[in-house]
Amino acid sequence: MDTNTAIFLTMVIPTGAAVTNLLFRNNPNLRDGLTLAAAVATFLCVLAILSNVGNSTTEQVQLFEVFPGLSIAFNVEPLGLMFAIIASGLWILTHLYGIGYMRGNNETHHARFFASFSLAIAAVMGIAFSANMFSLFVFYEILTVSTYPLVAHKGTPEAIKGARTYLGILIGTSIGLQLLAIIWTYTLTGTLDFTQGGILEGYIAGPMVAVLLALYAFGIGKAALMPFHRWLPAAMVAPTPVSALLHAVAVVKAGVFTMLKVGIYIFGIDFLAETGASEWLMWLAAYTIIAASIIAITKDNLKARLAYSTISQLSYITLGMALATSMGALGGGLHIAMHAMGKITLFMAAGSIYVATHKTNISQMNGLGRIMPFTYGAFFIGALSIIGLPPLGGSWSKWLLVLGAADTGQWIMIGVLMLSSLLNVYYLLSIVGRGFFLPAADQPADAKIAESPTLVWLPPALTAAGCVVLFFYAGELQEFLSPIVSGYGGEADG
Amino acid sequence: MAVDATQHVAMTFTEHLPVLQVLVTFVAAPLVVLLGSRQLSWLIAFVASAVSFVIAIFLLMQVIDGSVISYHIGGWAPPLGIEYRVDATNAFVILLVTAISTIVLPYARESIKDEIPAKHHTLFYAAFLLCITGLLGVAITGDAFNVFVFLEISSLSTYVLIAQGSYRDKRALTAAYDYLIMGTIGATFFVIGLGMLYMVTGTLNMADIAERIADQGSNRTVRAAFGFIVVGIGLKVAIYPLHLWLPNAYTFAPSAVTVFLAATATKVAVYILLRFTFSVFQPAFLFEVNTLEYIILPFAIVAMFAASFIAIFQNDFKRMLAYSSIAQIGYMLLGISLLTETGLTAAIAHLFNHGITKAVLFMGVGALVLKTGGSFYNRIEGMGKIMPWTSAAIVIGGLSLIGVPGTAGFISKWLLVEASIEKGWWPVSVLIVLSSLLAVIYVWRVIETLYLKAPEGPVLQKAAPLSMLIPLWIAALACIWFGFATDITLSASRSAAQGLLAGTAGMM
Repeated sequence: MDTNTAIFLTMVIPTGAAVTNLLFRNNPNLRDGLTLAAAVATFLCVLAILSNVGNSTTEQVQLFEVFPGLSIAFNVEPLGLMFAIIASGLWILTHLYGIGYMRGNNETHHARFFASFSLAIAAVMGIAFSANMFSLFVFYEILTVSTYPLVAHKGTPEAIKGARTYLGILIGTSIGLQLLAIIWTYTLTGTLDFTQGGILEGYIAGPMVAVLLALYAFGIGKAALMPFHRWLPAAMVAPTPVSALLHAVAVVKAGVFTMLKVGIYIFGIDFLAETGASEWLMWLAAYTIIAASIIAITKDNLKARLAYSTISQLSYITLGMALATSMGALGGGLHIAMHAMGKITLFMAAGSIYVATHKTNISQMNGLGRIMPFTYGAFFIGALSIIGLPPLGGSWSKWLLVLGAADTGQWIMIGVLMLSSLLNVYYLLSIVGRGFFLPAADQPADAKIAESPTLVWLPPALTAAGCVVLFFYAGELQEFLSPIVSGYGGEADG
Repeated sequence: MAVDATQHVAMTFTEHLPVLQVLVTFVAAPLVVLLGSRQLSWLIAFVASAVSFVIAIFLLMQVIDGSVISYHIGGWAPPLGIEYRVDATNAFVILLVTAISTIVLPYARESIKDEIPAKHHTLFYAAFLLCITGLLGVAITGDAFNVFVFLEISSLSTYVLIAQGSYRDKRALTAAYDYLIMGTIGATFFVIGLGMLYMVTGTLNMADIAERIADQGSNRTVRAAFGFIVVGIGLKVAIYPLHLWLPNAYTFAPSAVTVFLAATATKVAVYILLRFTFSVFQPAFLFEVNTLEYIILPFAIVAMFAASFIAIFQNDFKRMLAYSSIAQIGYMLLGISLLTETGLTAAIAHLFNHGITKAVLFMGVGALVLKTGGSFYNRIEGMGKIMPWTSAAIVIGGLSLIGVPGTAGFISKWLLVEASIEKGWWPVSVLIVLSSLLAVIYVWRVIETLYLKAPEGPVLQKAAPLSMLIPLWIAALACIWFGFATDITLSASRSAAQGLLAGTAGMM
């Protein structure tokens, strides 16, 4: 299959799955089976693109020319390809998990749920393969709108309120700030193509660079940079499969992915380093990392704690871009993959606990680890990866970020990263500790193993294994990503 | 020989397209009344409208590159005779009017059956045809007084059409009466302005007036004429403080009439405003520049915010949309008052894009009304489940109204922001995006009502008829289509903008 066809298919197949979900709304097995087939097919298409990388040119495919010089266009680029592989691969697992979760929990409106889910995946593929900021923005907004029904899914007053916050912040920042930034860039340069080395150099100078960067950084609300982070905890009212794939992987990663794209291909790392325009962003990211970790400690609701942990981890990636060194950007890119694998494990484990026991608060989860060893084992591994300990994937991206900070002499940033790791240890491992060592309040000490349904505990176990695998393949992944910063003079192959 | 003859006929046919554009519907109107058959009247109206639509496409194809067609009625040469003049600007508006009328008529058939007693149907279609005729005539003519004549044809038939809503709600009568008073004041102001221009220039042909004004320089009578004309047309456009007739007229008119009016009538009025401010008066006319910058622009911005705020607090879907229309007219006026090519392009593109967006939304309301008997939010709760197709189309229309990427509304918003940044008016570009966010709030109130509330009371399991759903979805898909494929909209609006900015030169 040639690359162009495959790119289109990665968007067409999930969209088709959305349609079949609605058509076969009354036939659950056929409906879910077709979606599973679509997920596998999408993943295969992404793999086909990957296998073509070496032998095909990196030309872009143009679909519509919307404005003169601005089109809906796609191309293949390492960062985007990695994002597409993660999202489509994890979609298969999450879909299996979702079937188990939705059925095990007697949730309603399955067809609408899975249809919106598939549509969101199509939007994510669009974001991953966008060849310019204009296309990216179009799919970014489609992603926001298509995930709204998922957040409002339960239809309770609480869900409606959460969904309002979700939509309000995401649409508000993207139209209010990001759109302005994009149009401003376009009027300055006359193009929005993602170009190696950036497009802005020579068109803008002085403090305005920092202002434009601020419009982008805050406008990309999905990156959950403080103070625009509240949508993420609000989105936790959604069923857990949504939190797992969309609000730990697809949506938030779309945010930081956009952030990296803007930093690398719109501004250009060198341009940011020369003008120092991103220094304030570095400090803000550092603040978000620490503040969100501290808030996470205070949260007793498991999903809320994970949400704040996500906010903190996303700012690692923003920090990587804001360091304005190739090592930092590379570390940020790598962290997209590492954090995705770790965090989806944690969320799926949290959902598994909920399905088996209907418990949401950490203080009620004493002793559960002995009853649900697979779930808790997966959670433990995921947590270690997030903390950044070997032999798990998360250690490499943190290592690169530390190197990036050392490169620029930002010693305080190294301190921030270390402090954050310590906070992670505290708020994540305490959950595991409670599960395994504290006596359960309402169960006999010798209770038998009572895991959630297989479809619910198996996917997190697999992603936990993925965290281990990523540790050993991190070198290859890094080499794969290195073209995004090559040509910047920095040592890309550290 | 036969081939030559056919060719000759075809040639004359093409030559006479400008006048046929107006004549087809104009002749169909009395025909409907004379035949007096209910079934036939719909058919005649639809065929006439469809033929006009085809003619409009031919006309636009001829002028989209920026050329101008001048047609002399009865062979009398202007400035003495009446001239029809087609350029990219009005061909585009004509296309919008005929396209909407052709979509609305199939939709109207079922909707009207439900809302108007059967014995009035023939007269309804006659009035509808006259309304189309009036709007087309206003758009196509190159004679200033002729504009006034056609404006009155369309206005008078509009009053009648709005009053037809009285079978459902008696307040339609006061709404029509209010509009009659305001509309007449507007028309009077307009004709006074024309009188002054005639006094100064001694001619009524627009191109001719333009030329002679240029020779006059700035003259107090010319300025007064400009003021009268802008206020007069402003009433028809519903420029912010002159908008009072609009909410009631839109709310109480029959659904199909609201669709047609919202999508076309104010748009044609915007066109006259454009034609007079740019083609008749000079774009460089300092008095005009000041008026646009210090009067129209502030009012446009006030409209964008005030009307949006009011829309947020409405409890009637139809009324909410009416207020949103006032706000959206603000965007068009904003684009005009920027006085740049991009700004005008944005205004003209928005005129079209907003036309189809509002068509979707008002058609959606009409389908809801048919089923639930009302458009209040508490009546339409939970309809997302019961009327999935109608509700989904409303969601698409709503997204386009907000200006979400991938919809037609996004294209014009983008252009508008681009134009204001180009001009260096930063605060204005921020205000545009802020007011779009208000649209998010009022659109989302509807979406929450449709999807997240449980339906109240017993529900009749009756879906909207296909004859309503198909037009609704054609318009909804057009909203998405014109969000990606912008060839037609952008090139037409851009050459229209260039033509307008060329001023008198563009008329020649």
